[in-house]
Amino acid sequence: MSILPGGKITTAGNSKEIATGQWREGTRPEYSKEKCSQCLICANFCPENAIVVKDGRIDHIDYTKCKGCGICANECPMKAIKMVKE
Amino acid sequence: MKTNNPSKTQVLALTGAQATTEAMRQVNPAVVAAYPITPQTPIIEGFAGMVADGLVATELIRVESEHSALSAVVGAQASGVRAMTASSSAGLALMFEVLGVASGLRLPIVMSIANRALSSPINIHCDHSDTMGVREQGWLQIYSENPQEVYDHTLLALKLAEHPEVQLPIMVCQDGFITSHATERVATLADETVQQFIGPYQPQTNLLDNKKPETLGPLALPNSQMEIKELQMGAANRALGVYPQVAKELETITKRGYPAIEAFNLDKAGVAIVTLGSTAGTVKHTIGKSKVGLLKIRLFRPFPYKKVKEALGHCQKVIVLDRTPTYGAGAPLYLDVKSALYGLENPPVVESIIFGLGGRDFGPEDIESLLQNR
Repeated sequence: MSILPGGKITTAGNSKEIATGQWREGTRPEYSKEKCSQCLICANFCPENAIVVKDGRIDHIDYTKCKGCGICANECPMKAIKMVKE
Repeated sequence: MKTNNPSKTQVLALTGAQATTEAMRQVNPAVVAAYPITPQTPIIEGFAGMVADGLVATELIRVESEHSALSAVVGAQASGVRAMTASSSAGLALMFEVLGVASGLRLPIVMSIANRALSSPINIHCDHSDTMGVREQGWLQIYSENPQEVYDHTLLALKLAEHPEVQLPIMVCQDGFITSHATERVATLADETVQQFIGPYQPQTNLLDNKKPETLGPLALPNSQMEIKELQMGAANRALGVYPQVAKELETITKRGYPAIEAFNLDKAGVAIVTLGSTAGTVKHTIGKSKVGLLKIRLFRPFPYKKVKEALGHCQKVIVLDRTPTYGAGAPLYLDVKSALYGLENPPVVESIIFGLGGRDFGPEDIESLLQNR
């Protein structure tokens, strides 16, 4: 990407290019398919869109995006997401 | 203040502050945000009257501080319109953080400054410690000798700042009280002439344009900060080359000249005084046809090093008058002049004089005694 005067960015949606998963420090979320009710609250709260939803269900967690903040685990009403050591 | 017939060239009796206000009226910026501070107050006070009287289409935003004033102006200019403000002293100091934002975002904002001492002690009178204190914040700076120059420089500054090769904010400085509150003869242009000179605003950044979404002021990490700052430094340097074109264009209309540096009596002078602001006028009056010359610095940022070197190289002695205190290092104008003369085979002796702090009078007798002792 070329650098413009004032550092302005003219391409929309470029946050996809940033691998925020590199920021993770030691723990990552893992979810249990058995406990999960597919309410998708975790996906709504995830600040990096790291919880990938397909056809109304969680498909997988994208660890190249997940920065390990733990918000999903905190919000999950079913306690289906646990932060585990990497 | 009455503008009898703004459709014609007129000669009006205006203070420096009123000259600023009249230029602002003719520019008709979309947004002005400001906070009162002596001696800037009459600028925005006068302009607010024009807004109330419907003489301009400007949205006047009253804010709670100078930090907010410049922030509002930054936001407005980034949304693709002309925005202006004015300040002095502590007000400019409170803007410090946002000054860097405006220049870093490459927004061509014009700010009028009525120069005043910085605290402490509290002093409302003129010196240049305010604008000299922010001289490395990426703003261009032009210093005015009298109300006529204040008027002309405001228009010139706008055109220089908005030039596609420049795109940087600029301060138009006038000496607080000495110029801002003194009434002098000012020749103004017709409204139409001013509008033709400045032209319609062509924004390089327009955050309200939904068809061209832009992110302004994003995080820049070590992999891009250097490049962004290099672009900004390049623009400031380019302004030096653009300045004469813009000055010439205005000169064609007004028949008054605006060289980046103004030499007076300098060709055959062995001793030269270098200064900026209203004191240049006092020096001209004092040295008359003596063998002492004057070099007035109009454009202080970017600093015209090469021109200064050419203008002063033949002198034996150069006395640089700085109207700002300096603590443990050389005064700003002195340092720049001395740097400009570096590399000459027989460089002039350069002397630094600090004068006029907090509005202390500096009259012809002071200049005479200064020269007698040398």
